[in-house]
Amino acid sequence: MPGLLGKKIGMTSVFSTEGKNIPCTIIEAGPCVVTQVKTDETDGYNSVQIAFGDKKEKNTSAAMMGHFKKANTSPKRHIVEVKGLDDRKVGDEVTVDVFSEGQWVDVTATSKGKGFQGVVKRHGFSGVGDATHGQHNRLRAPGSIGAGSDPSRVFKGTRMAGQMGNEKVTVQNLKVVKVYNDKNLIVIKGSVPGANGSMVLINN
Amino acid sequence: MDAIKFVEQDLNPTHEIPNFGAGDTIAVAYKIKEGEKERTQVFQGTVIQRRNSGVNETFTVRKVTGGMAVERVFPLASPFLESIRIVKSGSVRRARIFYLRELKGKSARIKEKIFIKK
Repeated sequence: MPGLLGKKIGMTSVFSTEGKNIPCTIIEAGPCVVTQVKTDETDGYNSVQIAFGDKKEKNTSAAMMGHFKKANTSPKRHIVEVKGLDDRKVGDEVTVDVFSEGQWVDVTATSKGKGFQGVVKRHGFSGVGDATHGQHNRLRAPGSIGAGSDPSRVFKGTRMAGQMGNEKVTVQNLKVVKVYNDKNLIVIKGSVPGANGSMVLINN
Repeated sequence: MDAIKFVEQDLNPTHEIPNFGAGDTIAVAYKIKEGEKERTQVFQGTVIQRRNSGVNETFTVRKVTGGMAVERVFPLASPFLESIRIVKSGSVRRARIFYLRELKGKSARIKEKIFIKK
């Protein structure tokens, strides 16, 4: 079950042979560089650290420069630990060919930030009552947030207004429609969290 | 953007489509699946709009049969689309001729485009 970092390019649609119009997301995945290999003996578990996306040397700390130098690569912006690439060595390249057509993958990314939102947008509440009949200022209000003097407090986890989006979201079981090895592109059925151009982690 | 265009062109079937627009009368041959069998149906009428672009481009055809108007939207990139034949080229002033919906009988006619040889 390999994992790979990539950049979300955007969405389009594709007609299948049965004539169905399938919504698809295009991701520019890899090539990633293996920057560290963790093994049972040294770390207590097996996994591989991969890096993706170039960044400038002046924006990289000396400690990280040393880390990238060990893998003999330029400094990278995104680093993540994945499993299922155990036979790789430090400095190896990981490309989209770890995925194949028809496979099911999970995609993890940071969702688009919506800012501080009320309960109607954030939790799908329907607001309070009517707009007329003497109602005032209550159209998008949450309503009751609990009983009165018995608990004398509001329970933890009660759904209220607050920050929406800009959080780590995983979408499971997306089908791989097509893989282009030469162009480092992968086409996935359905939508993927985040804005175009943001980093996504594809996991099998 | 280039990657999106590349994928769209690579994964979608391409048709030979004549140059047509709003006001033209066209005959659309469209494959229809009935259980296991597949047959072709021809839908003839006036194009009232073309919208979107690339793989998402669609066109709307309107026809009036027995006083009842039928409008159908076809995706241009659909693999079910067999062929499009231009029956008549119409001369209209706008790209979307929705005013046709309010018109009946003689006033719902469209002037034919006449090509003059130079």
